[in-house]
Amino acid sequence: MNASASGAASTPSAGQGAASAKQGRFSIVGLLLEHSTFVVFILMLIVAMMLSDRFYSVTNLTNILRQSVPLGVVSLGLLFVILTGGIDLSVGSLMALVSVTVALVMPGYGLWGAILAGLVAGTLCGVISGTLVAYFRIAPFIATLAIMTVARGVALVASKGQPAFIDNVAFNDFGVNSLAGLPLTLYVLIACFAIALFIYKKTVFGRLVISIGSNEIATRFAGIRVERYKFAVYAISGFACAVAGIVASTRTGVGSPILAIGFELDAIAAVVVGGASLSGGRGKVFNTIIGALILSVISNIMNLMNIPGYHQQIVKGVIIILAVMLESLKLRYASRS
Amino acid sequence: MTNYAIEIRGVEKNFGGIRALSNFNLKVEKGTVHAICGENGAGKSTLMKILSGIYIKDGGTVVVHGEEVNFTNPQQSRARGIGIVHQELALSPDLSVAENIFLDDLGQGGQTVNWKEINDKAGRLLTSFGFPIDPKKRVGDLSVAYQQMVEITKSLAKDVSILILDEPTAVLAGPEIEILFSNLRMLKAKGVTILYISHRLEEIFRIADAITVVKDGVTVTDLDPKTCTEKDVVTAMVGRELKSLYPPKDTKLGDVHFEIRHLTRRGVLDDINLTVRKGEIVGLAGLVGSGRTEIAECIFGIASYQKGEILKAGQPVRVSHPADAVRQGIGLVPEDRKRQGAVLAMGIDENMTMSKLSGVSKLGVIRHGQETSLAASLKDKLRIKLGRLTDPVSSLSGGNQQKVVLAKWLNVGCDFLVFDEPTRGVDVGAKSEIYNIIHGLAEEGCALLVISSELVELIGLCHRVYVMSEGHVTGELSGDQLTEPAIMSLAIPKRMAS
Repeated sequence: MNASASGAASTPSAGQGAASAKQGRFSIVGLLLEHSTFVVFILMLIVAMMLSDRFYSVTNLTNILRQSVPLGVVSLGLLFVILTGGIDLSVGSLMALVSVTVALVMPGYGLWGAILAGLVAGTLCGVISGTLVAYFRIAPFIATLAIMTVARGVALVASKGQPAFIDNVAFNDFGVNSLAGLPLTLYVLIACFAIALFIYKKTVFGRLVISIGSNEIATRFAGIRVERYKFAVYAISGFACAVAGIVASTRTGVGSPILAIGFELDAIAAVVVGGASLSGGRGKVFNTIIGALILSVISNIMNLMNIPGYHQQIVKGVIIILAVMLESLKLRYASRS
Repeated sequence: MTNYAIEIRGVEKNFGGIRALSNFNLKVEKGTVHAICGENGAGKSTLMKILSGIYIKDGGTVVVHGEEVNFTNPQQSRARGIGIVHQELALSPDLSVAENIFLDDLGQGGQTVNWKEINDKAGRLLTSFGFPIDPKKRVGDLSVAYQQMVEITKSLAKDVSILILDEPTAVLAGPEIEILFSNLRMLKAKGVTILYISHRLEEIFRIADAITVVKDGVTVTDLDPKTCTEKDVVTAMVGRELKSLYPPKDTKLGDVHFEIRHLTRRGVLDDINLTVRKGEIVGLAGLVGSGRTEIAECIFGIASYQKGEILKAGQPVRVSHPADAVRQGIGLVPEDRKRQGAVLAMGIDENMTMSKLSGVSKLGVIRHGQETSLAASLKDKLRIKLGRLTDPVSSLSGGNQQKVVLAKWLNVGCDFLVFDEPTRGVDVGAKSEIYNIIHGLAEEGCALLVISSELVELIGLCHRVYVMSEGHVTGELSGDQLTEPAIMSLAIPKRMAS
């Protein structure tokens, strides 16, 4: 402890008081709330076992992992947008646009040309959203809503409204083959997770993204060009959508203009279930992946139980509400101590 | 029947393992202005929150107007006639003044709003308190000082018998403080009891009938302002004698390091000229709205200006974004610490290094070890009292938060710094530390510009003071000319004075 010119050195100050109060709060409830996303996930796995004996088959678990890849990748990209306090509604449409791009470019330019074109298409859309939000100061909701419509429209026009078949064995095999017992596509998610975690934890970029979401004015007053970072998160989200769109196409073998309709809501739900705040500044990479897995597991359980798709939507909605309520409960618990 | 409005006996409040209040005692006589003094973290705000029903006490008794009360929510406190004006204003910026004043009863009992009635009523209230505010104006368009007047009016619109004011003058300047005081005297005459919480001792001596000093959650002493001196209060607050709040003005002055020429910002600033030399602490005085903060905004690239130039070390600098300013070695300790100064939810270390992350990173990757040791050395240098460096800035007291903002600029190595109300909401002890830091910067050869509404502060700290009024620099004072009356006569707009 420091000597203090104020003469109050012999007694704890307000700052220390608050800090040690934080340390003193070490109860079971606090611990469970702190890791609520993970706790919910574990509970869900236990419930799944009771609801269906087919859940814990290797085939089914592999299936869940495979299905969760596009959602996981998109959610990770979206997390950075949400951390700044923004939102990206265009993610589903971008996936569709990318899948159509891949299918249309493949015949002329080959596998790698198609993949490159897909990545460029997705990132470019993100760049446009980012420009609109950061430099033209259009509200993220509106800017990405517009891009969502435009991208879907372009995908429909380019494909003439028809799914375009992708005739490439290597490409289609990627979506179904496994390596070391795990689906190949899962490695894509693992790689994205590692990159996102690195950016979030270790880089100047990650630090400033969180700072902008916590207090954009103070961050700007610290001499940070916040516009650049706000721009960049949409480009990242666009890139993530491109990766997810390509992965999704490897599974279906088609470039579909109606791919991933309504996917933005699943992605937002995954990020929010993972404990992120839509007002920015709060959210974690690991929890976002868990959030995506939770949503995938819910769908899977209901499929196993033969619950029809329409009913599934209702259950999903309720679960999102519960997740957000849990989050606010957590905040209230934290602020009370 | 007792003649105490509030009696507090042996009240306890703990947070985790920390005692915010222990065996706290206070007696407030009806119809008096009772001042509560204490450093930040002494327990003043905990006490207030217990009285207003935001916190529930852990033990002891609170008696209001002779009846024991156990508030569990703010509604119960309000029902007992306790009104509170917080330091942080709780207004809706997009609503009008009148709407804010009557927010909890816009319909005045009915379900539809009679706008004429509401506006007239608000207008009458504002006039009766001497606040020159148009009730139809959007609150967000008012300056902080005027917003506070609205907040006070809002509180007084209710039937309050006990009014708690938390640092009410922190955002007010000269004449506004006079208005506030005359209102408080009027309310007192009407039998309202006022609990007045403030750091500013001169004010307390002017307005208070009784003083209670709080330190570390216990009542240290009750003093009578008629018989005690400011020194007695300070001694009781900090637990020892504080020699002088201000460091000596002994720094060596160098060449002119920073200069503003003919700066004009339409409708706000008109042909501003000022210079600051190396090692010099220059003050900027003026009433709220006179253009002081607006100059800072131009210097720091937050607002643009139409004419004029800014020179640093003789070279013109073009600043159109705070990032440009920081690159030129210009820093700003802004007026509103919580909104502009620090990212409260982020770590102390993270805030300290934010403006120069290049110093603790390589190829965009943060070196956490380097960051921690840098933050630790800044903490030691500025004597910041904290738990852990990774704790959020919000866990700190006002004074220590401000030191974190200062640490951020020390880390950048700015040689020209603007301080906008550097000691607002900061207790006496931390104040003197901040003055010493400013003095230390001057000794290192920095040029410094200090904006303040506290005249004593400007007189005590600055070599030279520019006085502003309605967007003009109306005078420049130094040495023996630097007195409160001299500043005030330059600060008050001509047409108001005549």
